[in-house]
Amino acid sequence: MKIGVCIKRVPDTETRIKIGADGKSIDESGVKFVLNPFDEYAVEEALKLKEQAGGEVVVVCLGTEASQETIRTALAMGADSGVLLKASAVPLDPLVVARALAAELEQGAFDMILFGKLAIDDYGQAVGTMVAELLGLPSVSAITRLEVTDNTATAQREVEGALEVVEFSLPAVVTAEKGLNEPRYPALRGIMLAKKKPLEIKEVDLDQGGMEVVELTLPPERKAGRIVGEGPDAVPALVDALRNEAKVV
Amino acid sequence: MPHILAVLEQRGGVAKKVSQETLAAARSLADDLECEVHGLLIGPPNMKGDGLGEYGADKVLTSLDGELELYQASRYGQVAAEQATAGEYAAIVVAATSLGKDLGPRIAARLGCTLASDVTGISGSDGIAVSRPAFSGKAIYRIKITTRPCVISIRPNAFSPILTSHPGTIEEVSAGNGGKASDARTVAVKAPEHATMDVAEASIVVSGGRGLREAEHFKLVEELAQALGGAVGASRAVVDAGWRPHAEQVGQTGKTVSPNLYIALGISGAIQHLAGMRTAKVIVAVNKDADAPIFKVADYGIVGDVFEVVPRLTEEIKKAKDG
Repeated sequence: MKIGVCIKRVPDTETRIKIGADGKSIDESGVKFVLNPFDEYAVEEALKLKEQAGGEVVVVCLGTEASQETIRTALAMGADSGVLLKASAVPLDPLVVARALAAELEQGAFDMILFGKLAIDDYGQAVGTMVAELLGLPSVSAITRLEVTDNTATAQREVEGALEVVEFSLPAVVTAEKGLNEPRYPALRGIMLAKKKPLEIKEVDLDQGGMEVVELTLPPERKAGRIVGEGPDAVPALVDALRNEAKVV
Repeated sequence: MPHILAVLEQRGGVAKKVSQETLAAARSLADDLECEVHGLLIGPPNMKGDGLGEYGADKVLTSLDGELELYQASRYGQVAAEQATAGEYAAIVVAATSLGKDLGPRIAARLGCTLASDVTGISGSDGIAVSRPAFSGKAIYRIKITTRPCVISIRPNAFSPILTSHPGTIEEVSAGNGGKASDARTVAVKAPEHATMDVAEASIVVSGGRGLREAEHFKLVEELAQALGGAVGASRAVVDAGWRPHAEQVGQTGKTVSPNLYIALGISGAIQHLAGMRTAKVIVAVNKDADAPIFKVADYGIVGDVFEVVPRLTEEIKKAKDG
């Protein structure tokens, strides 16, 4: 089975965001970048599929030069090879990203392509499903369970207050939600091996699509609240405030 | 003149409440652009599509088929893209629900257009511009959308339904051709293991963190949530510890919520958690540590032991509700 996984390099979740000098992007100084957490689930699931059915796992990443490090992380987890679609920046328009990835994936004859359900920087949750549509492949987004038997698969996705069970045939695209699996940590041996695994770099030239960033701002600070009191004796005052002041109860 | 297409959601043939919000967002954009709002409701044959005009739809298009009762990604995508192409639309608006987050990208890819997700503000007074959170709400983008059409998904609870005196018309449209055999098919919708309200949809959320010390103590959180008619949420720490299902996680790698009331119990307020709930209208925190970061965003705080404060709070809420 040939399995593709698309990944992205993103600021760590603990990052305190500062706005850059252009007022349209974040200040990257001092920011720690990591493999997008949802992509870790995608890589893990791909490795499990390979363990089950054999084959190879190819990691594809659209990003700047620095994304090589992110690809190495996935290779250290156990993926076999990587492709960096090297761009000067990753555009915000998900269709531009999806088209670039689809053009690369189309040539790969993949049986299964996995994505994280979203990247925690842009929070768009669109690229994986767009790629599936562009390639004309069946797809299921935000899955928490996947079972593959030969050329058919069943996935489960959580929707508001229920679980959808979806059947589809391969080749297909799925995007991973937290809960799908427990991603493995790269072992030292994996990290050493990853250094020698093939990583191909292809330059891509992207436009900004249909989105023009006017500004990036920090959310308004919440007004300072007040401590109603200490311990259970403060509860009546809190309930009173919720009823009569905030009017939410 | 291009209009706005609002793709709506139904359950059991009845439009969901979030559809009123989708219409409100579409209506405000249409008012700026001086055009009409067309609602598209995809669902089972017995669905009427009535009662939506007063929420802002000039016309409601219904696409009816027995197979469309459940969300079928490919067919819904086909029907919506077909309608979006058949009319002349400046924008297609969906709700950023589980359904909309899957359907929006399908429509955009089929139309070959851009998609702005999880939008919290929308304006058509100088071209189409949107505000949308990034980094799970740690920052906000203001974006000009420079191409037409475009797809916009709106965050639930960010737009308030509007009421008009306009009745609106209803028109039945194509239900697509049934799709390909290889399409993914939703074969069942199961109730989750615990039948609970979804944390992202609820207008009141009660969340618990490490301060509860063990999984069993989440009963305190559940009881307060029940007394308030709200949903249970959880911090990443307790989800990673296996105390609660990940579907309840609030934060950057969980859900982003904007309820009317968010109550944080024994949650210190890590950056990634604050990112997921800071847009709540009212935030209440109960924590032993007076210096916990959660108090910096809370409107009301009680410094104290959750095991003493929460039972009392549940009791007082019950009393207040009965009174």
